[in-house]
Amino acid sequence: MTTTQQRPATRPRTTDDGPRQPRVISFSQKLSKWDLKFSPYLYISPFFLMFAVVGLFPIAYTAVISFMDWDLIRNSGEFIGFDQYVWILTQPHFWTALRNTFSIFVLSSVPQLILAIFIAAVLDRNIRAKTFWRMSVLLPFVVAPVAVGLIFTAIFADNFGLVNNWLTSLGLTPIPWHKDPFWSHIAIATMVNYRWTGYNTLILLAAMQAVNRDFYEAATVDGAGPVRQFFSITLPSLKPTLIFVIITSTIGGLQIFDEPRVFDQFGRGGAAQQWLTISLYLYDIGWGQWNFGRAAAMAWILFVIILLIGLLNLLITRTLVRDEGLHRELTKRQQRALEKTAKRDAKEGSR
Amino acid sequence: MSTLGTPTPLATVEETIPDAAARRKAGRTVRIRGSRPGWVVYGILSVVFLTGVFPLYWSFIIGSGDASSLRRPFAWVPGGNFWDNAIAVMNNPAVNFWPALWNSIYSSFLIAAAVVITSTLAGWAFAKLRFHGGPALLVFVVATMAVPQQLGVVPLYILFSELGWTGQIGAIIIPALTSAFGVFWMTQYLRQAVPDELIEAARVDGASMIRTFWTVGVTAARPAAAMLFLFTFVGAWNNFFWPFIVLDRQNPTLPVALSLLQSNYFVDYSIVLAGVILATIPLLLLFIFAGKQLVSGIMAGAVKG
Repeated sequence: MTTTQQRPATRPRTTDDGPRQPRVISFSQKLSKWDLKFSPYLYISPFFLMFAVVGLFPIAYTAVISFMDWDLIRNSGEFIGFDQYVWILTQPHFWTALRNTFSIFVLSSVPQLILAIFIAAVLDRNIRAKTFWRMSVLLPFVVAPVAVGLIFTAIFADNFGLVNNWLTSLGLTPIPWHKDPFWSHIAIATMVNYRWTGYNTLILLAAMQAVNRDFYEAATVDGAGPVRQFFSITLPSLKPTLIFVIITSTIGGLQIFDEPRVFDQFGRGGAAQQWLTISLYLYDIGWGQWNFGRAAAMAWILFVIILLIGLLNLLITRTLVRDEGLHRELTKRQQRALEKTAKRDAKEGSR
Repeated sequence: MSTLGTPTPLATVEETIPDAAARRKAGRTVRIRGSRPGWVVYGILSVVFLTGVFPLYWSFIIGSGDASSLRRPFAWVPGGNFWDNAIAVMNNPAVNFWPALWNSIYSSFLIAAAVVITSTLAGWAFAKLRFHGGPALLVFVVATMAVPQQLGVVPLYILFSELGWTGQIGAIIIPALTSAFGVFWMTQYLRQAVPDELIEAARVDGASMIRTFWTVGVTAARPAAAMLFLFTFVGAWNNFFWPFIVLDRQNPTLPVALSLLQSNYFVDYSIVLAGVILATIPLLLLFIFAGKQLVSGIMAGAVKG
């Protein structure tokens, strides 16, 4: 605002200077040059300084600790090579935790994605009170995962829980939500779905609204019904967004901790590790057994798993969702090539 | 193909002219797309809405009953014990409700403010200033978003226990002062929100770099900064893993305090769920006032991300 107010005062003076003359570089100009050169680094430095201390240093140091037998009292360690990794990979608990984490991840991400696409398609219609409905799907997102976990732990309580009460009143046998691994995974996946479906719905809705409406019109003219339009236009156009959603939910989903932690009052993944996840196991090794070397190795194993599954999901999504029908922006090189040929054509045409 | 005018694939399928029946059908679908949808759509949306609200309402019903309210058949009307249960939560010596509430409020506030400041500065530099290594650094920042929180907790814990900060709220504020997501978010926003001509104009008028940032950058960044503040605030408020590790039970945040509510052998769900409602009310209030911004923030981020 201040610059626009000052403009009239500065403008006339610069025009009065007349033709530009070579001038001695003054101190203020030098200062301005330095300003131009070093300001960017100054602006990114708060982020990178903090990031180096609390982001980069811990990542590197975790790798170091994972090769050590860490002594808590002396706060130092002794190098023992890959022993901690070997120890973890030979624990049956680790493989159970891996199975549980995958199971909960699949049970939460697949139905969540399908539901989110469906709800987004409904919200994409020309509805009344758009803002209200969009807000209403996002409501569960502001409830803390721990709170969601506690609510659904009560809903899925084995005795007198809401769901089992309904089942018994209908004359059905109650479900062993805590005893049986599969049902405990369903219960925990429900907590994740409750909180995240609306969030992903809005992301997908935004992508749907960015699709050029002319495509639909052209498709209807060509005789394609709503279902065909969804699979041939909407879904291919969603592909980049779907990849984004799947990658972020992979990163988040494989780290799951809060919901299984509060699924019972002990927080150790059940008496027979029915819902022990990798993060729960990491916490137990680090702050239950106080073995930091093993916990660090566990963290690296988790990171590698996330990278692998993330890549796998990327490949799957790429091949499953077709590219056809997607209007691609031309790359700069293609654009230039087209312009060149167009110019040549025009020249030859005029001759 | 020698001209620029035909990049759409649709122009090449003119030979498939639909028959009369298909054309009639097509006309109908065009009309449906443009017009107001029927009650089925609102029915579906209402079901979604009620699914979101019901668990919270049910928690309030149980939380307003007594120790045996879970055992009784389902009732739609809340009982009269909510305040008694809420006071039981507040007075529970194992939970430390009031310190937890205060810790959550001020730590989330400080974290959100710091993230907005560091992200706007760095985002401005990445989006609008040219400097050596800029693009590569930005790619690096984006790549770090894939790194799980778990990868840093062991060294951070060792670091903070060396400093004697375990159990202090500082231990959850310091690591959260910057956010790779925040930098990415502000970069994306500022890149399209500020035309380069505006910056050049400010420079020509003699504004220094910091002045340009302040008058052009910060003014333009305001809407995105407000959304970033909201998301960071909600994220910090709900964060559990790291606070649960580093804070002790006397000085928790709300999620940590909540998790302690059911740590007894006997779980009284009316108390637990009253605590859940009590801890959720602040964010529900925030949602009522700022939910619209949250929605548009998520939708704006999706198109660019």
